[in-house]
Amino acid sequence: MTYIQAISDALRLEMRRDQRVFVLGEDVGVYGGAFKVSLGFQEEFGPWRVIDTPLAETAIVGAATGAALMGMRPVAEMQFADFISCAWDHLVTVAAKQYFRVRTPIPIVVRLPSGGGFSGGPFHSQNPESSFAHIPGLKIACPATPHDAKGLLASAIEDPNPVLFFEHKHLYRRIKGEVPEDRYTVPFGYANVHRPGDDATIVTWGAMVHTATEAADELAKEGFEAEVLDLRTLMPWDKERVLEGVQRCSKVLVLHEDTRTGGFGAEIAATIAEEAFEHLDGPVMRLAAPDTPVPFSPTLEKAFIPQVADVVTALRELAAY
Amino acid sequence: MAVREAEPVGSLQEVKEAGLDREDLLGIYRHMLITRGIEERGHILYKQGKIPGSFYTGRGNEAAAVGVATAMGPNDVGTPLHRDMGVHVTRGTEPWRIFAQYMGREDGPTRGRDGNVHMAVAELGLHAQVSHLPAMLPVAVGMALAFKIRGDSRVALGWFGDGSAARGDAHEAMNLAGVRQLPMVFVCDNNQWAYSTPTYLSYPVEHIADRAAAYGFEGVVVDGTDVLAVYREAKRAIEKAREGGGPTLLECVTLRMEGHAVHDDAFYVPKEMFEQWAAYDPIERYRTWLHDHADLTDEEEEQILSVVKRLLNDALDRADESPLPDPATLEHGVYASQEDLDTPHHK
Repeated sequence: MTYIQAISDALRLEMRRDQRVFVLGEDVGVYGGAFKVSLGFQEEFGPWRVIDTPLAETAIVGAATGAALMGMRPVAEMQFADFISCAWDHLVTVAAKQYFRVRTPIPIVVRLPSGGGFSGGPFHSQNPESSFAHIPGLKIACPATPHDAKGLLASAIEDPNPVLFFEHKHLYRRIKGEVPEDRYTVPFGYANVHRPGDDATIVTWGAMVHTATEAADELAKEGFEAEVLDLRTLMPWDKERVLEGVQRCSKVLVLHEDTRTGGFGAEIAATIAEEAFEHLDGPVMRLAAPDTPVPFSPTLEKAFIPQVADVVTALRELAAY
Repeated sequence: MAVREAEPVGSLQEVKEAGLDREDLLGIYRHMLITRGIEERGHILYKQGKIPGSFYTGRGNEAAAVGVATAMGPNDVGTPLHRDMGVHVTRGTEPWRIFAQYMGREDGPTRGRDGNVHMAVAELGLHAQVSHLPAMLPVAVGMALAFKIRGDSRVALGWFGDGSAARGDAHEAMNLAGVRQLPMVFVCDNNQWAYSTPTYLSYPVEHIADRAAAYGFEGVVVDGTDVLAVYREAKRAIEKAREGGGPTLLECVTLRMEGHAVHDDAFYVPKEMFEQWAAYDPIERYRTWLHDHADLTDEEEEQILSVVKRLLNDALDRADESPLPDPATLEHGVYASQEDLDTPHHK
């Protein structure tokens, strides 16, 4: 099953088992969503559970919040993660703070097709997860595999908090994997070892899990075995497992597709420096996109997104340290 | 669809037709007095240094707030703003908890996590505003959407002002509510000043309610100092929404009789404007109406005033006994747990 089929599958199963779950967003109904995640849903669930909205992200996320306050379990789709900027207030100002202020939970999920790799340009390629990881009250999932995409989406819909669900567009149809047919959940806050190794640990998430794995396989030919640790969720993130990896391997590479400065990798690197300094045999390395908007032209985009060769170079440096 | 300018309410007979008996009429008076009393006492608390941060009142808006809230059904919901203390009072928020909220105490509806009128008691169908005022309009629309999806016979009310009418949230909310004909009432407290900005710099049409036509629903302008006219128009709008007739934009025109907040002396509001609107003080106006049309006696009035005074004095004492939040609890409750969903409205 592909990554996108797994997302579709999870959503369909949740809608079948819980009448409170409904979908709203731009073109999600008749058209089935820009990426076809909800294709055929309107036929099965009707137009009032698969709601085509006007082109209005503020209204989409705000209305999801209000419906959640009335006991529904809305799943809102942003056509592209980039458009979440239009709904910033409703996530950050309302949804994230309402429980802290007045003890009314906001169980919403906002699905965010994110990431680059296909010349989407500055407004169809971003990975804005770190901006939201900074906001107390929000939870964040960034699945890398079909198995996790399905299980994490079920967990997200069940969660009593606002959850941002980052789906990497470049994985949608490229990545396939074994996925159980029945419903299951993958809990938030637990990293997964995507590739075992003891010589270095690569801490990453989303599409970079696959980039890291290719690079690690490359280095394995030289006898250097790097672990690829897929965080799966950034809020909460599996700090204990990261620190365990650092203690065991003594060398660490933090890798993400988002830009470098203030990226979530900085938080991970700082935590390692604070809590596992004496276990390190080298500096914490960070590999991320440079601090520019996401460029359009293929040569530029390739230079922007960390490539397998970049990870190989970084690992060689670590190995040699 | 032109905007409709509502007539004032005249006779007692007309009021009875609108569904209010004499007890209700006195209840409205009491709620207006409590509303103003809470804010006047709050002002004193502020001057005594007992209220951290700033302090906001809705003086001049009591009729608009109480009138609309009186028209709401028991299961209706809303997102009132900082000039709408009367909504909280009418829905039954206990005054002592409001004073505790002002003072950042543990027994305020936000337990000291937020201040002033940034509060609400969800069990009473009210949901707390944020400072980004029009942000609550799409949220209220979402409540109405939930009712529509489930076929509930409930209505959502979203409040905004002449200032927040300028933000895009107001447009997106009204457009979605109009497209889907949701059971929704948009209540505009047009108090004519957005901080120091007059209406002609906020919007270029005669009435904010004129916009309703662009969203495919009715716009009504009502004198926001006439509590019975506000009640009648709100009732019509709410029941129309409940019966599937879609949204209404109800614009209540008042004047903000004080500054934006306690630090602001409102020097920019022409003196004549204050004098002119002081003659339409909503409480004084309603008191006169009750004497003229509902046989309110001086004795009855005295009795109501003394009950309200005692209620507020007791409330102040009780609020003062409420503890300040324990700093050790600061990091509790950022995230909800599954048990938090075990409330009737989340089931």
